[in-house]
Amino acid sequence: MARIVLQQADIARALTRISHEILESNRGSSNLVLMGVPTRGILLARRIADIIDQIEPDSAPCLVGSLDVTMYRDDLAHQPTRATQQTQVPAGGIDGKTVVLVDDVLFSGRTVRSALDALNDLGRPRAVRLAVLVDRGHRELPIRADFVGKNLPTSTKERINVRLSETDGAEEVSIEGQAEMTEDGE
Amino acid sequence: MRHLLSTKDLSRDDAIMILDVAEDMSDVQLREVKKLPTLRGKTVVNLFFEDSTRTRISFELAAKRLSADVINFSAKGSSVSKGESLKDTAQTLAAMGADGVVIRHSSSGSPQLLADSGWIDAGIVNAGDGTHEHPTQALLDAFTMRRRIHGAASRGRDLSGVSVLIVGDILHSRVARSNLWLLRTLGAEVTFVAPATLLPFGAETWPAGIRYDLDAAIAEVNPDVVMMLRIQSERMNAAFFPNPREYARVWGLDDERLARLRPDTIVMHPGPMNRGLEISSRAADSAQSTVIEQVANGVSIRMAVLYLLLSGDREGSA
Repeated sequence: MARIVLQQADIARALTRISHEILESNRGSSNLVLMGVPTRGILLARRIADIIDQIEPDSAPCLVGSLDVTMYRDDLAHQPTRATQQTQVPAGGIDGKTVVLVDDVLFSGRTVRSALDALNDLGRPRAVRLAVLVDRGHRELPIRADFVGKNLPTSTKERINVRLSETDGAEEVSIEGQAEMTEDGE
Repeated sequence: MRHLLSTKDLSRDDAIMILDVAEDMSDVQLREVKKLPTLRGKTVVNLFFEDSTRTRISFELAAKRLSADVINFSAKGSSVSKGESLKDTAQTLAAMGADGVVIRHSSSGSPQLLADSGWIDAGIVNAGDGTHEHPTQALLDAFTMRRRIHGAASRGRDLSGVSVLIVGDILHSRVARSNLWLLRTLGAEVTFVAPATLLPFGAETWPAGIRYDLDAAIAEVNPDVVMMLRIQSERMNAAFFPNPREYARVWGLDDERLARLRPDTIVMHPGPMNRGLEISSRAADSAQSTVIEQVANGVSIRMAVLYLLLSGDREGSA
């Protein structure tokens, strides 16, 4: 059974804290580009940008883009073909900017590696940071997040579900399938 | 998808997926680094038994932009001119480890034969077979129409309610056939306009309107798209019309007919054009013409097709 670990208010607080941390480490919102990884990373990036705009109303609106990593994945040959999604780079590009990659769950780190490769083909940012709503551990690559909403120790057999109101009609993070789970792996 | 052999058996969902992936591929063409690592280590063979420059170059560029290795094999000056059969050619390519084969052949059905024979376990893309089909051309035409009509909001959309006039040599045209099936699948209305001598036997059973008078068709259909087909002089081994000047006068898109089209009607041509025969220079170079866009979109479509056929786990896909 699914166990809810973050509720709507928890998610909102986590995003607000991440927004403050991004502003603090970047010393303001100038030269900042948030790049969301589809699908939910884009929604989270937009929300963080909205919060940043509220915190710093005098600065120019925070730039948001999307970064599809499908074509850069290292497991393409081992999975059924996936449709790609849109990559949108804000006007002005990412050269010399601080790019914050935004995703919902950080797990093996392979998506982030793909995203770094994809960014490399788009330009040369001054720095790349990583913001995630949930870090569930089990990294397979030397990658760590700079801004984390919540650290969730999990077993590899469990599944993390992030639901956001824009796409899923609910606003929660839950863990599914405890250690004694039997069927449907994933 | 394992192969792309025709548009007739392409489902609406698969067609829309190819067009949507092509949207993402066309974004890549605008970048400074126009290359993706996706098909690294895969080998694509362009197997062209018939002359073609633009289609071959387009496939070659598409495969290279996806980081595949490309081998161009043209029948002229190859083992085929020494009498090698399609089977032996295919088995040779299989032995060399080809992952994808893009085939153009003057015999209708040869891509199907290659896909079904078991001679080679590669993904087969039909790049034009006889007078049968040319599916990537139809896909790039549909992509071009969708972009002109829906603009930036194209993703996920079909071509419902769009009326398309396809004018000229329907008899020899695999482009017309592929376009008909795909456009019908996407919800568009198709009308063929041609001299009776250039319509194939049985065309009246196709899901398309048939007209013989271009002026009446323009006035009554009020088309969103006018697609002019090339007069294929290399296939004109009989007298289909009295002479080129008469064809141009009765069936060509000249300046006067161009002026009678709605200002937002799209003028398309698969190329290469015979300027002054089926299309006037003014029509070909007007703002309504998509001829150059079609070429650019061709690379995006072919990237999408190669990606969807060759990137996934080929054992698992049906």
